[in-house]
Amino acid sequence: MAEQTHQHRPPRPDDPEPTSDYHFLGLAMRELLIEKGVFTADEERRAIEAMEARSPAGGARVVARAWTDPDYKARLLADAAAAARELGIDIGPTRLVVVENTAEVHNVVVCTLCSCYPRMLLGLPPAWYKSANYRKRVVREPRAVLAEFGTTIAERVEVRVHDSTADMRYLVVPLRPAGAEGWSEAQLAALVTRDSMVGVAPALSPDAASSARD
Amino acid sequence: MSDESKRPPHDLGGLAGGPIDTDEHEPTFWEQRIDALQVLLGDKVRRIIDTAELRRGIESLGPEAYDTLSYYERWAASIAAVLVEKGVVTEGELDRRAAEIRARREGAQ
Amino acid sequence: MSARFAPGDRVRIAGRDPTVHNRVPRYARGHVGVIERVCGAFGQPELLAYGGDGEPYQTLYRVRLEQTDLWPDYAESPQDTLEIEIFEHWLDPA
Repeated sequence: MAEQTHQHRPPRPDDPEPTSDYHFLGLAMRELLIEKGVFTADEERRAIEAMEARSPAGGARVVARAWTDPDYKARLLADAAAAARELGIDIGPTRLVVVENTAEVHNVVVCTLCSCYPRMLLGLPPAWYKSANYRKRVVREPRAVLAEFGTTIAERVEVRVHDSTADMRYLVVPLRPAGAEGWSEAQLAALVTRDSMVGVAPALSPDAASSARD
Repeated sequence: MSDESKRPPHDLGGLAGGPIDTDEHEPTFWEQRIDALQVLLGDKVRRIIDTAELRRGIESLGPEAYDTLSYYERWAASIAAVLVEKGVVTEGELDRRAAEIRARREGAQ
Repeated sequence: MSARFAPGDRVRIAGRDPTVHNRVPRYARGHVGVIERVCGAFGQPELLAYGGDGEPYQTLYRVRLEQTDLWPDYAESPQDTLEIEIFEHWLDPA
Protein backbone atom coordinates (compact mmCIF):
# COMPACT_ATOMS: atom_id res chain seq x y z
CA MET A 1 0.00 0.00 0.00
CA ALA A 2 2.75 2.39 1.01
CA GLU A 3 4.68 1.06 -2.00
CA GLN A 4 1.75 1.87 -4.19
CA THR A 5 1.44 5.50 -3.12
CA HIS A 6 5.17 5.98 -3.50
CA GLN A 7 5.24 4.71 -7.05
CA HIS A 8 6.29 7.45 -9.40
CA ARG A 9 3.50 8.17 -11.80
CA PRO A 10 4.07 9.38 -15.33
CA PRO A 11 2.78 12.82 -16.32
CA ARG A 12 -0.99 12.81 -16.09
CA PRO A 13 -2.64 12.60 -19.48
CA ASP A 14 -4.49 15.83 -18.75
CA ASP A 15 -1.29 17.71 -18.02
CA PRO A 16 -0.99 20.39 -20.66
CA GLU A 17 1.96 19.87 -22.95
CA PRO A 18 4.53 22.61 -22.57
CA THR A 19 3.92 25.46 -24.95
CA SER A 20 5.35 28.64 -23.47
CA ASP A 21 9.00 29.56 -23.54
CA TYR A 22 9.03 29.28 -19.76
CA HIS A 23 7.89 25.68 -19.90
CA PHE A 24 10.80 24.78 -22.14
CA LEU A 25 13.15 26.88 -20.04
CA GLY A 26 12.10 24.88 -16.97
CA LEU A 27 12.68 21.56 -18.71
CA ALA A 28 16.03 22.80 -20.04
CA MET A 29 17.15 23.71 -16.52
CA ARG A 30 16.32 20.34 -15.05
CA GLU A 31 18.10 18.47 -17.85
CA LEU A 32 21.21 20.62 -17.61
CA LEU A 33 21.33 20.44 -13.81
CA ILE A 34 21.01 16.66 -13.91
CA GLU A 35 23.78 16.43 -16.55
CA LYS A 36 26.03 18.67 -14.49
CA GLY A 37 25.48 16.50 -11.43
CA VAL A 38 23.78 19.21 -9.37
CA PHE A 39 21.06 16.68 -8.59
CA THR A 40 19.99 13.34 -9.97
CA ALA A 41 16.74 12.37 -11.67
CA ASP A 42 16.14 10.13 -8.68
CA GLU A 43 16.46 13.04 -6.27
CA GLU A 44 13.99 15.00 -8.37
CA ARG A 45 11.57 12.06 -8.29
CA ARG A 46 11.87 11.77 -4.51
CA ALA A 47 11.34 15.51 -4.04
CA ILE A 48 8.10 15.26 -6.02
CA GLU A 49 7.01 12.19 -4.07
CA ALA A 50 7.66 13.95 -0.77
CA MET A 51 5.65 16.91 -2.04
CA GLU A 52 2.74 14.62 -2.96
CA ALA A 53 2.90 12.82 0.38
CA ARG A 54 2.25 16.05 2.28
CA SER A 55 -1.38 17.04 2.55
CA PRO A 56 -3.83 18.70 4.93
CA ALA A 57 -4.24 15.27 6.57
CA GLY A 58 -1.05 16.01 8.51
CA GLY A 59 -2.36 19.27 9.87
CA ALA A 60 -5.73 17.66 10.58
CA ARG A 61 -4.11 15.03 12.81
CA VAL A 62 -2.38 17.75 14.79
CA VAL A 63 -5.62 19.70 15.22
CA ALA A 64 -7.65 16.63 16.21
CA ARG A 65 -5.11 15.77 18.90
CA ALA A 66 -5.19 19.37 20.15
CA TRP A 67 -9.00 19.16 20.37
CA THR A 68 -8.91 16.03 22.48
CA ASP A 69 -5.86 16.60 24.66
CA PRO A 70 -5.48 20.00 26.39
CA ASP A 71 -1.90 19.23 27.45
CA TYR A 72 -1.01 18.48 23.84
CA LYS A 73 -2.65 21.71 22.73
CA ALA A 74 -0.56 23.65 25.25
CA ARG A 75 2.61 22.00 23.92
CA LEU A 76 1.50 22.69 20.34
CA LEU A 77 0.97 26.38 20.98
CA ALA A 78 4.32 26.62 22.80
CA ASP A 79 6.49 24.58 20.38
CA ALA A 80 4.65 23.44 17.28
CA ALA A 81 7.58 21.61 15.68
CA ALA A 82 8.11 19.42 18.73
CA ALA A 83 4.38 18.78 19.04
CA ALA A 84 4.18 17.72 15.38
CA ARG A 85 7.12 15.36 15.93
CA GLU A 86 5.18 13.69 18.75
CA LEU A 87 2.74 12.55 16.06
CA GLY A 88 5.55 11.37 13.81
CA ILE A 89 5.38 14.43 11.54
CA ASP A 90 8.79 15.91 10.83
CA ILE A 91 8.39 19.50 9.70
CA GLY A 92 12.13 19.87 9.04
CA PRO A 93 13.57 23.36 9.43
CA THR A 94 10.12 25.02 9.14
CA ARG A 95 9.42 27.46 11.98
CA LEU A 96 5.78 26.95 12.77
CA VAL A 97 3.45 29.14 14.80
CA VAL A 98 0.11 27.58 15.72
CA VAL A 99 -2.70 29.97 16.59
CA GLU A 100 -5.99 28.95 18.14
CA ASN A 101 -9.45 30.20 17.29
CA THR A 102 -11.50 30.94 20.41
CA ALA A 103 -14.81 32.54 21.29
CA GLU A 104 -12.93 35.88 21.25
CA VAL A 105 -10.49 35.59 18.32
CA HIS A 106 -10.69 34.26 14.77
CA ASN A 107 -7.36 33.86 12.97
CA VAL A 108 -6.74 33.94 9.23
CA VAL A 109 -3.42 33.53 7.42
CA VAL A 110 -1.99 35.17 4.30
CA CYS A 111 1.35 35.91 2.70
CA THR A 112 0.89 39.27 1.00
CA LEU A 113 4.41 39.37 -0.50
CA CYS A 114 4.51 35.88 -2.00
CA SER A 115 3.01 32.53 -1.00
CA CYS A 116 4.50 31.36 2.34
CA TYR A 117 2.45 28.44 3.61
CA PRO A 118 2.93 25.57 6.09
CA ARG A 119 3.61 23.05 3.31
CA MET A 120 4.93 20.41 5.69
CA LEU A 121 1.49 20.17 7.32
CA LEU A 122 -0.87 21.23 4.51
CA GLY A 123 0.88 20.35 1.25
CA LEU A 124 1.15 22.87 -1.57
CA PRO A 125 -1.00 26.00 -1.20
CA PRO A 126 -4.24 26.23 -3.17
CA ALA A 127 -4.36 28.61 -6.13
CA TRP A 128 -6.58 31.10 -4.30
CA TYR A 129 -4.07 31.43 -1.47
CA LYS A 130 -1.43 32.52 -4.02
CA SER A 131 -3.83 34.73 -5.95
CA ALA A 132 -3.38 38.48 -6.18
CA ASN A 133 -6.96 39.14 -5.06
CA TYR A 134 -6.63 37.17 -1.82
CA ARG A 135 -3.25 38.75 -1.04
CA LYS A 136 -4.54 42.25 -1.79
CA ARG A 137 -7.79 42.10 0.10
CA VAL A 138 -7.57 39.86 3.14
CA VAL A 139 -5.40 42.28 5.11
CA ARG A 140 -7.74 45.17 4.53
CA GLU A 141 -11.21 43.63 4.44
CA PRO A 142 -10.81 40.23 6.08
CA ARG A 143 -14.50 39.84 6.93
CA ALA A 144 -15.56 40.57 3.38
CA VAL A 145 -13.07 37.97 2.15
CA LEU A 146 -14.23 35.42 4.73
CA ALA A 147 -17.80 36.05 3.60
CA GLU A 148 -16.79 35.02 0.07
CA PHE A 149 -15.73 31.69 1.58
CA GLY A 150 -19.13 31.49 3.26
CA THR A 151 -17.73 32.35 6.68
CA THR A 152 -19.34 34.95 8.93
CA ILE A 153 -17.56 36.04 12.08
CA ALA A 154 -19.59 37.80 14.78
CA GLU A 155 -18.83 41.51 15.14
CA ARG A 156 -17.76 41.05 18.80
CA VAL A 157 -15.12 38.48 17.78
CA GLU A 158 -11.72 39.93 16.91
CA VAL A 159 -10.53 38.95 13.45
CA ARG A 160 -6.75 38.63 13.53
CA VAL A 161 -4.93 38.46 10.21
CA HIS A 162 -1.45 36.90 10.15
CA ASP A 163 0.79 38.09 7.33
CA SER A 164 3.64 35.56 6.91
CA THR A 165 6.30 38.04 5.90
CA ALA A 166 9.47 36.30 7.05
CA ASP A 167 10.54 32.97 8.52
CA MET A 168 7.42 31.79 10.39
CA ARG A 169 4.64 29.67 8.94
CA TYR A 170 1.15 29.62 10.45
CA LEU A 171 -1.44 26.97 11.18
CA VAL A 172 -4.86 27.75 12.64
CA VAL A 173 -6.55 25.43 15.13
CA PRO A 174 -10.23 25.98 14.28
CA LEU A 175 -12.95 25.81 16.90
CA ARG A 176 -14.05 22.27 17.64
CA PRO A 177 -17.57 21.95 16.23
CA ALA A 178 -20.45 21.05 18.50
CA GLY A 179 -22.10 17.68 18.10
CA ALA A 180 -18.88 15.65 17.90
CA GLU A 181 -18.59 14.84 21.58
CA GLY A 182 -16.96 11.50 22.24
CA TRP A 183 -15.62 11.20 18.69
CA SER A 184 -12.25 9.54 18.17
CA GLU A 185 -9.26 11.54 16.99
CA ALA A 186 -9.51 9.95 13.54
CA GLN A 187 -13.20 10.87 13.27
CA LEU A 188 -12.47 14.41 14.37
CA ALA A 189 -9.60 14.75 11.91
CA ALA A 190 -12.10 14.22 9.09
CA LEU A 191 -13.79 17.47 10.16
CA VAL A 192 -10.58 19.49 9.87
CA THR A 193 -10.33 20.92 6.38
CA ARG A 194 -7.43 22.68 4.73
CA ASP A 195 -9.41 25.91 4.60
CA SER A 196 -10.19 25.72 8.32
CA MET A 197 -6.46 25.52 9.06
CA VAL A 198 -5.79 28.61 6.93
CA GLY A 199 -8.66 30.30 8.74
CA VAL A 200 -11.03 31.08 5.87
CA ALA A 201 -13.62 28.54 7.01
CA PRO A 202 -14.73 26.78 10.19
CA ALA A 203 -14.16 23.07 10.66
CA LEU A 204 -16.93 20.92 9.19
CA SER A 205 -19.91 20.25 11.39
CA PRO A 206 -20.61 16.56 12.03
CA ASP A 207 -23.76 16.87 9.90
CA ALA A 208 -21.93 18.44 6.98
CA ALA A 209 -19.25 15.77 7.23
CA SER A 210 -21.75 12.90 7.11
CA SER A 211 -23.74 14.39 4.23
CA ALA A 212 -20.46 14.92 2.34
CA ARG A 213 -19.83 11.18 2.71
CA ASP A 214 -23.28 10.19 1.44
CA MET B 1 4.44 57.80 3.05
CA SER B 2 5.41 55.43 0.28
CA ASP B 3 5.53 56.61 -3.29
CA GLU B 4 2.91 54.55 -5.15
CA SER B 5 4.80 54.79 -8.42
CA LYS B 6 7.65 52.88 -6.77
CA ARG B 7 5.46 50.06 -5.43
CA PRO B 8 7.04 46.78 -6.54
CA PRO B 9 4.63 44.37 -8.27
CA HIS B 10 4.66 41.73 -5.53
CA ASP B 11 3.76 44.09 -2.67
CA LEU B 12 0.01 43.66 -2.94
CA GLY B 13 -1.35 43.97 0.60
CA GLY B 14 -4.18 46.51 0.86
CA LEU B 15 -4.68 47.16 -2.85
CA ALA B 16 -8.21 47.01 -4.22
CA GLY B 17 -9.01 43.66 -5.77
CA GLY B 18 -11.80 41.63 -7.24
CA PRO B 19 -13.58 38.43 -6.20
CA ILE B 20 -11.36 35.52 -5.20
CA ASP B 21 -11.41 32.59 -7.61
CA THR B 22 -11.61 29.55 -5.33
CA ASP B 23 -11.46 26.91 -8.07
CA GLU B 24 -9.11 24.11 -7.14
CA HIS B 25 -6.15 23.54 -9.43
CA GLU B 26 -4.10 20.38 -9.04
CA PRO B 27 -0.44 21.10 -9.80
CA THR B 28 0.65 19.75 -13.17
CA PHE B 29 3.72 17.57 -13.48
CA TRP B 30 5.66 20.49 -14.95
CA GLU B 31 4.70 22.66 -11.97
CA GLN B 32 5.79 19.93 -9.58
CA ARG B 33 9.11 19.74 -11.39
CA ILE B 34 9.69 23.47 -11.04
CA ASP B 35 8.79 23.30 -7.37
CA ALA B 36 11.18 20.37 -6.96
CA LEU B 37 13.93 22.37 -8.71
CA GLN B 38 13.77 25.04 -6.02
CA VAL B 39 13.41 22.49 -3.21
CA LEU B 40 16.60 20.77 -4.39
CA LEU B 41 18.58 23.93 -5.20
CA GLY B 42 17.67 25.43 -1.84
CA ASP B 43 18.21 22.40 0.36
CA LYS B 44 20.94 21.96 2.97
CA VAL B 45 23.02 19.77 0.68
CA ARG B 46 23.26 22.23 -2.21
CA ARG B 47 22.41 25.69 -0.89
CA ILE B 48 22.58 27.08 -4.42
CA ILE B 49 19.44 29.27 -4.36
CA ASP B 50 18.13 30.64 -1.08
CA THR B 51 14.39 31.34 -0.81
CA ALA B 52 15.26 35.04 -0.55
CA GLU B 53 17.10 34.82 -3.89
CA LEU B 54 14.13 33.07 -5.52
CA ARG B 55 11.89 35.88 -4.26
CA ARG B 56 14.29 38.61 -5.36
CA GLY B 57 14.47 37.01 -8.81
CA ILE B 58 10.67 36.98 -9.06
CA GLU B 59 10.44 40.58 -7.90
CA SER B 60 13.02 41.59 -10.51
CA LEU B 61 10.99 40.27 -13.45
CA GLY B 62 9.26 43.62 -13.76
CA PRO B 63 5.60 44.49 -13.35
CA GLU B 64 4.47 43.23 -16.72
CA ALA B 65 5.99 39.77 -16.35
CA TYR B 66 4.88 39.56 -12.70
CA ASP B 67 1.28 40.16 -13.67
CA THR B 68 1.14 38.03 -16.80
CA LEU B 69 3.24 34.93 -16.08
CA SER B 70 1.73 32.04 -14.18
CA TYR B 71 2.97 31.32 -10.66
CA TYR B 72 5.46 28.63 -11.65
CA GLU B 73 6.49 30.45 -14.82
CA ARG B 74 7.68 33.21 -12.48
CA TRP B 75 9.59 30.64 -10.49
CA ALA B 76 11.16 29.18 -13.62
CA ALA B 77 12.22 32.63 -14.85
CA SER B 78 13.67 33.53 -11.46
CA ILE B 79 15.53 30.25 -10.96
CA ALA B 80 17.03 30.55 -14.46
CA ALA B 81 18.18 34.12 -13.81
CA VAL B 82 19.83 33.21 -10.50
CA LEU B 83 21.49 30.10 -11.97
CA VAL B 84 22.96 32.23 -14.78
CA GLU B 85 24.05 34.92 -12.32
CA LYS B 86 25.87 32.27 -10.26
CA GLY B 87 27.48 30.68 -13.30
CA VAL B 88 25.82 27.30 -12.72
CA VAL B 89 24.51 27.39 -16.29
CA THR B 90 24.93 29.90 -19.08
CA GLU B 91 22.20 31.66 -20.97
CA GLY B 92 23.47 30.04 -24.17
CA GLU B 93 23.19 26.54 -22.68
CA LEU B 94 19.65 27.24 -21.55
CA ASP B 95 18.58 28.66 -24.90
CA ARG B 96 20.08 25.81 -26.87
CA ARG B 97 18.62 23.15 -24.63
CA ALA B 98 15.19 24.74 -24.56
CA ALA B 99 15.20 24.85 -28.38
CA GLU B 100 16.28 21.19 -28.52
CA ILE B 101 13.51 20.10 -26.19
CA ARG B 102 10.97 22.06 -28.16
CA ALA B 103 12.18 20.41 -31.39
CA ARG B 104 12.08 16.96 -29.74
CA ARG B 105 8.50 17.54 -28.59
CA GLU B 106 7.37 18.83 -31.92
CA GLY B 107 9.09 15.96 -33.73
CA ALA B 108 7.30 13.47 -31.51
CA GLN B 109 3.89 14.73 -32.49
CA MET C 1 21.58 36.97 20.54
CA SER C 2 19.88 39.43 22.85
CA ALA C 3 16.58 40.87 21.72
CA ARG C 4 16.18 44.62 21.97
CA PHE C 5 12.41 44.41 22.43
CA ALA C 6 10.18 42.28 24.65
CA PRO C 7 6.53 41.26 24.34
CA GLY C 8 4.30 44.24 25.11
CA ASP C 9 6.82 46.87 23.94
CA ARG C 10 5.48 49.53 21.60
CA VAL C 11 7.46 49.79 18.38
CA ARG C 12 7.34 51.78 15.19
CA ILE C 13 8.03 50.03 11.89
CA ALA C 14 10.48 52.08 9.83
CA GLY C 15 8.96 54.16 7.05
CA ARG C 16 11.83 53.76 4.64
CA ASP C 17 11.42 52.59 1.08
CA PRO C 18 14.58 50.75 0.02
CA THR C 19 15.03 49.51 -3.52
CA VAL C 20 16.69 46.28 -2.37
CA HIS C 21 14.66 43.16 -1.65
CA ASN C 22 13.05 43.27 1.79
CA ARG C 23 10.12 41.69 3.59
CA VAL C 24 8.27 44.69 4.94
CA PRO C 25 5.06 45.36 3.04
CA ARG C 26 4.29 48.97 2.34
CA TYR C 27 1.01 48.95 4.19
CA ALA C 28 2.81 48.34 7.51
CA ARG C 29 5.61 50.91 7.13
CA GLY C 30 5.57 53.80 9.56
CA HIS C 31 2.90 52.21 11.77
CA VAL C 32 3.10 51.63 15.52
CA GLY C 33 2.32 48.27 17.06
CA VAL C 34 3.08 46.06 20.04
CA ILE C 35 5.55 43.17 20.16
CA GLU C 36 3.51 39.96 20.33
CA ARG C 37 6.46 37.58 20.56
CA VAL C 38 10.15 37.20 19.85
CA CYS C 39 10.61 34.60 17.10
CA GLY C 40 14.40 34.12 17.25
CA ALA C 41 17.31 35.25 15.10
CA PHE C 42 17.31 34.83 11.32
CA GLY C 43 19.40 35.91 8.35
CA GLN C 44 18.64 39.32 6.92
CA PRO C 45 16.59 38.99 3.74
CA GLU C 46 18.24 42.13 2.35
CA LEU C 47 21.53 40.17 2.29
CA LEU C 48 20.34 36.62 1.66
CA ALA C 49 18.55 37.79 -1.48
CA TYR C 50 21.86 38.68 -3.13
CA GLY C 51 23.78 35.52 -2.29
CA GLY C 52 25.03 36.67 1.11
CA ASP C 53 24.91 34.58 4.26
CA GLY C 54 22.48 36.97 5.97
CA GLU C 55 24.97 37.81 8.75
CA PRO C 56 24.71 39.40 11.18
CA TYR C 57 21.48 37.64 12.01
CA GLN C 58 18.69 39.88 13.25
CA THR C 59 16.05 39.18 15.84
CA LEU C 60 12.64 38.63 14.27
CA TYR C 61 9.46 39.72 16.05
CA ARG C 62 5.76 39.40 15.56
CA VAL C 63 4.18 42.81 15.82
CA ARG C 64 0.47 43.30 16.49
CA LEU C 65 -1.15 46.25 14.72
CA GLU C 66 -4.65 47.69 14.97
CA GLN C 67 -6.58 47.46 11.73
CA THR C 68 -8.18 50.86 12.32
CA ASP C 69 -4.68 52.34 12.53
CA LEU C 70 -3.42 50.59 9.40
CA TRP C 71 -6.40 51.62 7.30
CA PRO C 72 -8.03 54.92 8.22
CA ASP C 73 -11.14 53.83 6.33
CA TYR C 74 -11.25 50.36 7.91
CA ALA C 75 -14.90 49.42 7.60
CA GLU C 76 -15.11 46.19 9.56
CA SER C 77 -14.88 45.67 13.36
CA PRO C 78 -12.85 48.12 15.49
CA GLN C 79 -11.23 45.36 17.56
CA ASP C 80 -9.72 43.62 14.51
CA THR C 81 -5.95 43.24 14.45
CA LEU C 82 -3.14 42.16 12.15
CA GLU C 83 0.09 40.45 13.10
CA ILE C 84 3.20 40.60 10.99
CA GLU C 85 6.82 39.46 11.23
CA ILE C 86 9.30 42.33 11.31
CA PHE C 87 13.08 42.22 11.82
CA GLU C 88 14.73 44.28 14.54
CA HIS C 89 16.59 46.49 12.04
CA TRP C 90 13.18 47.76 10.89
CA LEU C 91 11.94 48.67 14.39
CA ASP C 92 12.33 51.66 16.70
CA PRO C 93 10.88 52.19 20.16
CA ALA C 94 7.59 54.10 20.09
